[in-house]
Amino acid sequence: MKVAITSTGNSHDSLIDPRFGRCAYFVIYDTESKVIAFIPNKARDAEEGAGPQAVQQVASHEVKKIVSGEFGIKIKPLLDSLKIQMIVVKDPDKRIMDIMEMLDH
Amino acid sequence: MSPRSKRLRKVINPPLVKGFKPYGPDAGKGITEAVNLHFEEYEALRLCDYDKYNHHEASGIMGVSRPTFTRIYSSARQKIALAFVEGRQISIEGGKVYFDSDWYHCINCKCFFNNIEKDQKVEYCPLCGSNKVIEAESEVESSPEEIREDECADFCVCPQCGYEQPHHHGRPCSHQFCPSCNVHLKRKARPNFQQFRHGKGKKH
Ligand SMILES: [Zn+2]
Ligand SMILES: [Zn+2]
Ligand SMILES: [Zn+2]
Repeated sequence: MKVAITSTGNSHDSLIDPRFGRCAYFVIYDTESKVIAFIPNKARDAEEGAGPQAVQQVASHEVKKIVSGEFGIKIKPLLDSLKIQMIVVKDPDKRIMDIMEMLDH
Repeated sequence: MSPRSKRLRKVINPPLVKGFKPYGPDAGKGITEAVNLHFEEYEALRLCDYDKYNHHEASGIMGVSRPTFTRIYSSARQKIALAFVEGRQISIEGGKVYFDSDWYHCINCKCFFNNIEKDQKVEYCPLCGSNKVIEAESEVESSPEEIREDECADFCVCPQCGYEQPHHHGRPCSHQFCPSCNVHLKRKARPNFQQFRHGKGKKH
């Protein structure tokens, strides 16, 4: 299953990005094949509508879950209707590798 | 744990018109872009301010959680204020009927997550796999300060003897009776609402 994680950078050591719509990178992690991809968030600098654009981008990778620091009120219903699960991690010190390790439980 | 069923947000009474236009010599000279009021925002406003249901009742009627209802309702009011102040048109359309998922909290890894499969019981944390999951009190975003919305700033007063009681949304004053005179009560604005709230229970 594919999971997206919002990331501040493009390495395993990067910290989780607390913002969903304007995060720097999306990490697309396949929990079965363990394949990981860092994808720059195209919506990052969008003047408006960053959230919905980011949702589109992530949804195109067919992820089933998204891990981020928060999801805006406009994002939640979108993800709900796409049946993508939201996982909110409030700890800003979590690195991408920590999240992947947790997902591998 | 008994997961509540996933909720369907529904609009029961569609609006009579498609929107509103400002008029007068200066109408249309400012920002011409219409303010788009979603169906569910229209519905929230209708239930609260027209039908006089309190937030608790209205959220039940619309099939959404209280925090969600509060959010829709305040968004409706902000949009209408925007249109009024800036002299913009209001179009009532869009929004949709969609599922509003329930939220859970993992005590082990402290994450919050929603349940997208209404028929499946939430037993494990999707992040760390722990089974120490509880239903989250509300959605993750903090809801606006909790107010007793069944008690508004006004009160019902007896036109004969001056007897007063707090006015409740959804209970028209004219359906209330004065205990001593047995006449219909009338509505009156409360000037010192804050004071009243803090000194609740003390009758003067
Ligand atoms: Zn957990
Ligand atoms: Zn009386
Ligand atoms: Zn009253």
